[in-house]
Amino acid sequence: MPLIQDTSEFFDETGNMAKFTGHFFSHGLRPRFEIKELLAQCYTIGYKSFPLIGLTGFIMGLVLTMQLRPSLVSYGVQSELPVMVGIAIVREIGPVITALIFAGKIGSSIGAELGSMKVTEQIDAMEVSGTNPYKYLVATRVLATTLMLPILTILGDAISLFGAYIGVNLSSVTSLHFFFAQVFQSLSFSDILPAITKTFFFGFAVGIIGCYKGFNSSKGTQGVGVSANSAVVLSSVLIFIIDLLAVQLTNLLGLN
Amino acid sequence: MNTAIKEVPSPADNTAKGVPVIIIEHLYKRFGKNVVLKDFNLTVHGEENVVVLGKSGAGKSVLIKCIIGLLKPDSGKILVFGDNIPDLSPDELDKVRTKIGFLFQANALYDSMTVRENLEFPLRRHWIDLTQQQVDQMVSEALENVGLKNTGDMMPSELSGGMLKRIALARTLILKPEVILYDEPTTGLDPVTAREIDHLILTLQKKYHTSSIVISHDMNCVKNIADRVILLLDGICYADGTYEELEHSGDEKIKQFFEQ
Repeated sequence: MPLIQDTSEFFDETGNMAKFTGHFFSHGLRPRFEIKELLAQCYTIGYKSFPLIGLTGFIMGLVLTMQLRPSLVSYGVQSELPVMVGIAIVREIGPVITALIFAGKIGSSIGAELGSMKVTEQIDAMEVSGTNPYKYLVATRVLATTLMLPILTILGDAISLFGAYIGVNLSSVTSLHFFFAQVFQSLSFSDILPAITKTFFFGFAVGIIGCYKGFNSSKGTQGVGVSANSAVVLSSVLIFIIDLLAVQLTNLLGLN
Repeated sequence: MNTAIKEVPSPADNTAKGVPVIIIEHLYKRFGKNVVLKDFNLTVHGEENVVVLGKSGAGKSVLIKCIIGLLKPDSGKILVFGDNIPDLSPDELDKVRTKIGFLFQANALYDSMTVRENLEFPLRRHWIDLTQQQVDQMVSEALENVGLKNTGDMMPSELSGGMLKRIALARTLILKPEVILYDEPTTGLDPVTAREIDHLILTLQKKYHTSSIVISHDMNCVKNIADRVILLLDGICYADGTYEELEHSGDEKIKQFFEQ
């Protein structure tokens, strides 16, 4: 029965992923730490992703403003445009879109890199030379994605708000100072904290899924392709699930 | 003066000629229903080159991966210098692995690193007290050993198949292992380069007094480097002898390998 087989495979995969994550905490986070490799990964994952995140953030802010304006004009509340755009970007759209772009760029790159290392026996070579691949490859990448995504989100939000400012100025004239004053007056600590906190979890999900898929890549170029692809798909789905849980949790805690 | 170099074990510490360095007893390994090794036994002595012959899928690579601890056998003993590999903790296994070199069939060089970084990688892991000068000296010596002195700054993608094999061999030897496991060292190489690799293996073995287990299908390679040939068939050690003994065997199954 294909349905039973699929269900069984799903639970197998979920169990293996949980085991892999457990291994990350039990083995990957023990000394000796691979600081040099961690910094190299932070540079690759964080710094090199910035142009893409910045560009997409700018366009997102600009387009969102242009799309919202007609609706607000029809209600006569176009003066509230900076407030609406600011809240939307900082609370939801900024973190989620940044995380999805990050998953596409970094999740696939980690899945493909580790997958190709797996099929060419480079991970085995690392192990026989006395290096724990969990520490060297997995821990460094997962920590880098977890630490870099919140920073990229903050920068992406800032650029996105600048894009929104340009969008507002396409149809009216507003000073930069006035625009940002309006945005920040509408935002509170409870808007920013949960939004940034969930990006740590998004980053962790992208890193651990990319590493898991790469480590479990099947032989051949097709296997590497499948690993890269499924790393993106699965981490994107997980980002939405984590986002849903985060919203529920912030509601429960009264942070909305 | 840095004392770390002094801690590098002498290559011949445990491999006195004739002394058993690897003892495999009653080894079983299966993948699902496929029993790859069943009651496999083998002893490798100091400074001995043992070549393991066998059909594709016979379990030759599985055997050496069990010896290095990349695969866990279902049962049986694998004693390397007296340590039973399946019983070792990860830290103990890492320690034993410094005495074992492994040359991968596809070389397994780290393609994001230069040749020099590839060679430095195992050194930096095991000899953390080494100065940069000592590391440079050891890397230069390793590259000189394989005749590729000026390739340090090149990437693996810039090298030919034969050069990659030599660099992989240099990386295997850089920690001065006492036992080396070769997984098809001449596969995919042209006959001239393959003979050069055979010669290199023998030269380095004489220089460092190592013992080896070599997996190979290349009968010229087997003839050139084997002190002893093992035929792995149906999961067991089907034949064991010198190249000449097996070459002149009347057994049909053995003959198949020598009639190529």
